[in-house]
Amino acid sequence: MSRRIKSSIKKIAGIVFCTLVYIFLFLPISVIVANSFNATTSKPYLTWKGFTFDWYVKLFDNSSLLASFGATIAIAVISTLLATAIGTIAAVGMYKYKFRGKSVIDGLLYIPVVIPEIVLGISLLTLFSNTHIPRGMISLVLAHTTFSTPYVIFNVRARLSGYDGSIEEASMDLGANRLTTFKNITLPVLAPGIGAGALLAFTLSIDDVIVSYFTNGQVKTFPLKVMESIKSGVAPDVNALSTLILVGTIVLVILTQSNLFKKNK
Amino acid sequence: MAKLSRHTFRSNTLPAITTVGPVTLWLAFFVAVPLIYVLIMSFCSLDEGYNVVFKFTLANYQRLLDPNYIQIYGTSLFVAFITTALCIVVGYPFSFLIARTTSKHKALLYMLVIIPFWTNSLIRIYGWRTLLGTNGWINNLLIMMNLTDTPVEFLFNRGATILGMFYCLFPYMVLPLYTAIEKLDKNLLEASADLGAKSRSTFTRVIIPLTMSGIFSGSIMVFIPSLGYFFVSDILGGGNSDVIGNLIERQFQSGNNWPLGAALSIILILITLLLVKLYQKLGGDMDNLGV
Repeated sequence: MSRRIKSSIKKIAGIVFCTLVYIFLFLPISVIVANSFNATTSKPYLTWKGFTFDWYVKLFDNSSLLASFGATIAIAVISTLLATAIGTIAAVGMYKYKFRGKSVIDGLLYIPVVIPEIVLGISLLTLFSNTHIPRGMISLVLAHTTFSTPYVIFNVRARLSGYDGSIEEASMDLGANRLTTFKNITLPVLAPGIGAGALLAFTLSIDDVIVSYFTNGQVKTFPLKVMESIKSGVAPDVNALSTLILVGTIVLVILTQSNLFKKNK
Repeated sequence: MAKLSRHTFRSNTLPAITTVGPVTLWLAFFVAVPLIYVLIMSFCSLDEGYNVVFKFTLANYQRLLDPNYIQIYGTSLFVAFITTALCIVVGYPFSFLIARTTSKHKALLYMLVIIPFWTNSLIRIYGWRTLLGTNGWINNLLIMMNLTDTPVEFLFNRGATILGMFYCLFPYMVLPLYTAIEKLDKNLLEASADLGAKSRSTFTRVIIPLTMSGIFSGSIMVFIPSLGYFFVSDILGGGNSDVIGNLIERQFQSGNNWPLGAALSIILILITLLLVKLYQKLGGDMDNLGV
């Protein structure tokens, strides 16, 4: 009997502990969501003055905030497409072919993943300023593609590790050329890995603060806009946009990864 | 016949170049070359107009020995160490409970750790400031409840920086731990119990060693970034607990001394290399660092 009591105490303690951790994780997010409905109009927008939807309306009058959001999405979409294309074919090539210098490429791949982001940021800054690559949308796309590509490769590679190469041989024996085989055989098999890699690339891009901070030029992405506004107090319309982005991402992930949920059960 | 010859002479050079070529060029130009630039710049001088000139000097490295800087490296390593330790102490039991739960909401519990990632980290850190500031929500609550007359200063100290780092990096510890713990073979745990091991010694002798890889990769993914997250110490530490990242950021922005910033970055690269080598020596797999 006492053993049963002991084990149920243990169980309850575990639930309480996990709940506290989740509360900790979601506390600052709830503050952001709550503050997006805050009727306060005076800086630094900290005192609760009642509930309002105004900020969600005013958001659409704040053209510089909307522009920053547009830039963020544009950079994320283009860099994700680039990283996914380069990363997917690279993962396939590195899996299928043996060549000299493979380990060097492998080593280079880990650098953007392991190195502190600030080092990647300042090294790209020195590159852009020395080669006169204009700092702005172009440099941001190049920078984001750089840190995203390895993650696409790792995700596709994970998918390849259980891949049966003989189906490609079969396809080619039946007369299909390499390109057709890649399109009709290889790609469909790798699709979940490519999708997961692309999704990760996209979320890394829209969240990026540090690398963008050093490579942006005059372009302000949404995170940089937040950084700028922190000094004077983040206005509730920024909170409103953050809330919308959070909801948007959750919907996007549920739509694209619903099969992932099923698989995990 | 034509078909046969195509098989026999199917060269792999062209497809290897077309598939791996783009990424090779990309990494060379946007990873290797920039790092070489940084290395060269760390030996460069500044002229009177604060322009970088290619005149070899060791002065930048000598300046790294400035006691003020050494104190900041110390603070930064201390913050990184405490953050990593906290992440293990809280993250291990947490990951264990969600990885071994029999609840049908297991996938959801896992997703709930990742969802906070999808709000910009800056704004989440600002959320903490909204809560903990002198006119923040917690102080307002304390004053309303008459628990204090003057607001409590939670922020702008080392503890606040550690809180922010812990908050930002906690999921990077949980994800590898979760993977390692989920892979544990149930039979091994039962065998250990059947052979008479108490649950405590099963834990220290079986579970911990088998999940060590998760602890190692989580530690790498928490420790290294925390040395560079300058915005956390900016927003929560208020300049009272700078990390190495703050030093670098200042040289490339307001300080406008790129060669010194480059030398500081080389130090950070060396620390990273050292830790990754240590990680590999302990049997860590590089593939576990990609989340």
